[in-house]
Amino acid sequence: MSAPQSHWTNRSFPEAAKELLADSQIRRNVRHATDVIQAKRNRVVGELPDWEALREAGSAIRAHALEHLDEYLVEFERNCTRAGGTVHWARDAAEANRIILGLIQRHQAKEVIKIKTMTSEEIGLNRHLEANGVRPHETDLAELIVQLGHDKPSHFVVPALHKNRQQVREIFQREMHLPELGDKPEDLCAAARAYLREKYLRIKVAVSGANFLVAENGAVCIVESEGNGRMCLTLPDVLISLVGIEKVLPRFRDLEVVLQTLPRSATGERMNPYNSIWTGVHEGDGPKEFHVVLLDNGRSPILADGEARQTLKCIRCAACLNACPVYHQTGGHAYESAYPGPIGAILTPQLHSMEQGRTLPYASSLCGACYEVCPVKINIPEVLIHLRGKVVEQDQKTLGGKLGVWNVGMQAAAFVMSSAQRFTLAQHMGQLAQKIFVSKSGFIERLPFMLSGWTQTRDLKALPQQSFRDWWAERESNGGDATGAAKESRDAK
Amino acid sequence: MPSESDARLAILGSIRNALRVPAERNDAARAAEYAAIPRDYKRSGTRQGEALLELFTHRLQEYDAGVQRAPSGKIADAIGGLLAERGRHRIAIPDEVPRTWLPPGYPFEEAAGLDSMQLDKLDGVLTGCTVAIAETGSIVLQNAAAQGRRALSLVPDYHLCVVFASQVVETVPECFARLDATANLPTTFFSGPSATADIEMTRIKGVHGPRYLDVLLVVD
Ligand code: SF4
Repeated sequence: MSAPQSHWTNRSFPEAAKELLADSQIRRNVRHATDVIQAKRNRVVGELPDWEALREAGSAIRAHALEHLDEYLVEFERNCTRAGGTVHWARDAAEANRIILGLIQRHQAKEVIKIKTMTSEEIGLNRHLEANGVRPHETDLAELIVQLGHDKPSHFVVPALHKNRQQVREIFQREMHLPELGDKPEDLCAAARAYLREKYLRIKVAVSGANFLVAENGAVCIVESEGNGRMCLTLPDVLISLVGIEKVLPRFRDLEVVLQTLPRSATGERMNPYNSIWTGVHEGDGPKEFHVVLLDNGRSPILADGEARQTLKCIRCAACLNACPVYHQTGGHAYESAYPGPIGAILTPQLHSMEQGRTLPYASSLCGACYEVCPVKINIPEVLIHLRGKVVEQDQKTLGGKLGVWNVGMQAAAFVMSSAQRFTLAQHMGQLAQKIFVSKSGFIERLPFMLSGWTQTRDLKALPQQSFRDWWAERESNGGDATGAAKESRDAK
Repeated sequence: MPSESDARLAILGSIRNALRVPAERNDAARAAEYAAIPRDYKRSGTRQGEALLELFTHRLQEYDAGVQRAPSGKIADAIGGLLAERGRHRIAIPDEVPRTWLPPGYPFEEAAGLDSMQLDKLDGVLTGCTVAIAETGSIVLQNAAAQGRRALSLVPDYHLCVVFASQVVETVPECFARLDATANLPTTFFSGPSATADIEMTRIKGVHGPRYLDVLLVVD
């Protein structure tokens, strides 16, 4: 297999994070958005008494699908083809870009409409199309904001959550030539509706991703909110769906699990406004031509690692981003990848055979919040530690690596962090011991001994008196609502 | 294209290699493994009759949809009342909408012959549904009688949907049990009017799909 490719730069997490930590506007926007989603998520998850059973089932279904991935992909291909679809296989980003461009050119299209898809971001499809004279129009409101702002997405479910409405308004005023546009969310939304509606009715080729593929009947499922997805899936003549090979489910009824856990985890809704499920081509309803491009791009080798394989169970709900204290601080761009947050920290380096995103497995405090919320029970902290081991192993092969500050510091850290118990203990000890090193500003500027490697590259925020882990445990026992304590005290008055 | 079939073989080979599977895989063993997946989640609900309809109504209202009730003998009257109240006149209808639903005096337009541009100019659409889920306030449409193709419930700005009490189930798994037989039809789940929370997490109604949704619940 050829090397997977990506168009994201290759800065390290600490380098990128440092810059973003300085941008307090981004941090405020990120914190506001993640707080809102988390509170909603906790409420609607809390009302399902069978939530744990749904997680268990979702995890088992996804694990089973991965263990038989070759069989289910072949079954999907057979059924999709029988229903009138065409299935293509792409080993890497270049191959997927070539296939998609070829299909678009075959229809002499100069423009395409697009539904938010992370795989497209992963392979840099928009850049490739633009370089070849095809103009892609993002139709998801947030993706439109990102595209018109010449920006990059920072979250999978709400890609523009780092922008507030004044910033969105400036972008729309400039790019849509609407100098009078107001800054109420309704105004901005209406501007996007008018800007895009004409495109839906005119442009004949659409590009999408997919949330799930169903082997049993060749169905494709897309979950969305705005209806832009439905527009792209039903109005054009040609639809091209770019989908990672890991997205397949064995049977149609498996959707009954993930269509409960995904919306509640992703947007905190009992069900998102729209789910579309279709099989191939249906005469008189929707596109006349339907293509699925199955993308590997570094996924299949991940299956070989029994411990890390669970990474591919991910259904991209972004709950782990919203729950992550590191993501809260830095936002998504620091991860320098289409896949930010805790899942990105384990997925990105693996997609690139540990040659890119090497610092990402360290972009975590291992507090375990990501695992707690994950609807398919991916044990992200466990995989992080496993991957840290791999980075260290690779580094030790070179003398520079052996002496590198990351390596020495990480070996010490790996020992501590390789067991959850040890880590909790170390945190508690740290809270006591750090008093000696904390400067007046509340930052730890120098650490003694083995850990000094860490503070050479960045300031470390002093450990709070209550660790995130303790706070989390307390919060869970208080009924799992992030705002529970505050509400209770209000109600008591 | 030869290069594409090369890619197919390479990817499948790489997966098999990574999973260390034998050349011949065992279908029976796979089926047994699949059957052993734990499914201890709630399959069927506990509510019936009025309690079920109340939950459904409540959920729809939370999404800002209008909900009204009528007995099966009064569907046309109820639809006429709703259209008058909303000031919607030119309404598209899919094939096989029962004539008994249609109040006199409205220029209902057969949707089969209309393209998207024409649909865009109408005031709304009237459809039935396949099944509805009380717990999530969702309605499922398929390309079937009285529901029509997917664009119908998408392009017009107003959707009036007729749901019979017998079509309402409590849980998502009960809904999938009903859909099993027609799983290959184009299917749309909708839960309230279209919405986004992309700007500062404020929920805004009606980005691209219909901004207004009324549900007529038929109960005898
Ligand atoms: S790892 Fe889990 S929580 Fe994170 S996006 Fe994937 S499914 Fe969601």
